[in-house]
Amino acid sequence: MGGAVHGAHLIEMRGITKYYGKGEALVRALDGIDVTIDDGEFVAVMGSSGSGKSTCMNILGALDTPTGGEYLFKGVNVARLSRDQQALLRREYIGFVFQSFNLLPRTSALENVELPLVYRGVHRRQRRQRAMEMLDLVGLSDRAHHTPAELSGGQQQRVAIARALATDPSVLFADEPTGNLDSKRSAEVLDFLADLNRQQGITIVMVTHEPELAEWAKRVLWFSDGRLVKDGTPAEVAA
Amino acid sequence: MIVWSTIGMSLRQIGRNKMRSFLTALGIVIGVGAVIAMVHLGDAATRNVTDRISAMGQNLLMVQPGTRRRGPGGSRSEAKPFDERVVRALESEVSGAIFAPSASSRATVVLGNTNWPTTVTGTTNGFFKIRDWPVVEGREFEAGELRAATPVCIVGKTIVDEVFGGTGALDAQLRVGKLSCRVIGVLESKSSMMGQDQDDLVLMPLSTFQRRIAGNWDISMVYVSALVDGTTEEVQSQIETVLREKRRIAPGADDDFNVRDMAEIAETVSGTFEALSMLLSFIAAVSLLVGGIGIMNIMLVSVTERTREIGIRLAIGARGREVLWQFLIESAVLSGIGGLLGIGVGLGGAYGLCQLAEFTFAPVPSIIVIAFLISAVIGVMFGFWPAYKAARLDPIEALRHE
Repeated sequence: MGGAVHGAHLIEMRGITKYYGKGEALVRALDGIDVTIDDGEFVAVMGSSGSGKSTCMNILGALDTPTGGEYLFKGVNVARLSRDQQALLRREYIGFVFQSFNLLPRTSALENVELPLVYRGVHRRQRRQRAMEMLDLVGLSDRAHHTPAELSGGQQQRVAIARALATDPSVLFADEPTGNLDSKRSAEVLDFLADLNRQQGITIVMVTHEPELAEWAKRVLWFSDGRLVKDGTPAEVAA
Repeated sequence: MIVWSTIGMSLRQIGRNKMRSFLTALGIVIGVGAVIAMVHLGDAATRNVTDRISAMGQNLLMVQPGTRRRGPGGSRSEAKPFDERVVRALESEVSGAIFAPSASSRATVVLGNTNWPTTVTGTTNGFFKIRDWPVVEGREFEAGELRAATPVCIVGKTIVDEVFGGTGALDAQLRVGKLSCRVIGVLESKSSMMGQDQDDLVLMPLSTFQRRIAGNWDISMVYVSALVDGTTEEVQSQIETVLREKRRIAPGADDDFNVRDMAEIAETVSGTFEALSMLLSFIAAVSLLVGGIGIMNIMLVSVTERTREIGIRLAIGARGREVLWQFLIESAVLSGIGGLLGIGVGLGGAYGLCQLAEFTFAPVPSIIVIAFLISAVIGVMFGFWPAYKAARLDPIEALRHE
């Protein structure tokens, strides 16, 4: 993405709307969102289900296009990019971690971590090496040749994080990353994410509906009925 | 994105679902196998028949009384037979050819307690040259024997095997019908042609046959060989002129004899075989089409089943075209593997059938390459629609898919 503008915010949304349906049945999933996120932030996106936080996350991740408004990623208007250009944006700058892990079944942890590098055209040997480093980072280098079915939920999510980090993305979007984990594993994953943010300066945007998990973040965005109603530190938003 | 990685991914994907992959490819295996087997079998049969026909003699013409009928083995209708006078006329008036008049009938040969029904042919020494069929043991007829109707005979390999038990035929006395003949020679073995054993025959001087077996002077066939290659047509027209004159056929009337050219017969026969094998190959190609539809069917199921995987790939940054390529390569590889297996099955089948039919099997490299390419093309063609469907998926929808 050669068009990245230096000095711009990493993420800037101006009046983003997302509507589904028509007429009487019109649903305003997002109803005018203005928000900026800068490099190095750890943001928790919160709200009840149906508040629009997941829709917002999909638009942020260039997986979905808004009905109206402007979404600038590194100064580039994502809504104007073609489907393929959006794919390239995701490939180069974005890492995803999903609630349901979304690892390829019957495929080893190593191959799963390699996958984004395959699309980047990284050569086999370098790919292997990088994937092993990432698995080492999440503490699973001894599980490299296990398939997801042979790993616990927490391990699967760590493989997914390794996969998201393999391309050295500008931002990591995590959609309910601990939704399928017990509280002990949740805490481990969040500690890990917080360490990444603190030590490596990776920007993290995480959707969650559990207030206690928001404690790990530096900033909380609170959605309600498609609007951003609160924006501040965890303590401020909780108050 | 690196093509090899995609091919590698496709191979692994195919490997993960071995049974399904095999069943999917089976349609192509059968289709390609059938085409390969049919083409090879047709080729072998055509080659076999033309070889056998050309083995009957170079530049061979066969002149028979009766009107001409098209096609191999066309028999003659009622017409007066040839006689000595006609043959002499041919020998003196047609240049650049040698002639062997002949007459045949069925007869039983007897040796001790063995009775063997066979064909007895009376002819001259020209027969051996014209039919390219030498005497390998003993000798040909002597001029005196031909003139004097001496009871001597030359036997085919089958007679040696069946009547004499394999050896000792030379100089033995063999009863042919009611005539006792001395065996003076054994013919070289010619294998069977279209199920007919050519070695099952007894030759004797024409005069001996006419006087002692047939009891008349009829000549039922004249074998002719043009001495110079490529002159058979000219020889044929000379023969026709002489015969029309000698047999007093009015201008404009049909011939009451026919001249058959072996090369022409070989062409007709091989043409028939080729047409037949074309038809069979076409039918086999239809099964290839059905195999292709099978691949499309499974690939469509596969795309639906792997919707979530496609969503993951798209989210990770795969472009539509990369997903398209992945599925296209997968179906092409699947189909190509089916093609390779089919080639093996087809060649094996054709080889086995050739052994049974006693044809010489020879692989036809061009059709093997074409069959493989066609199978891969079928994979791409029938894989395109499923692959296109996969590439057009919406990433969010695909990720939500259970």
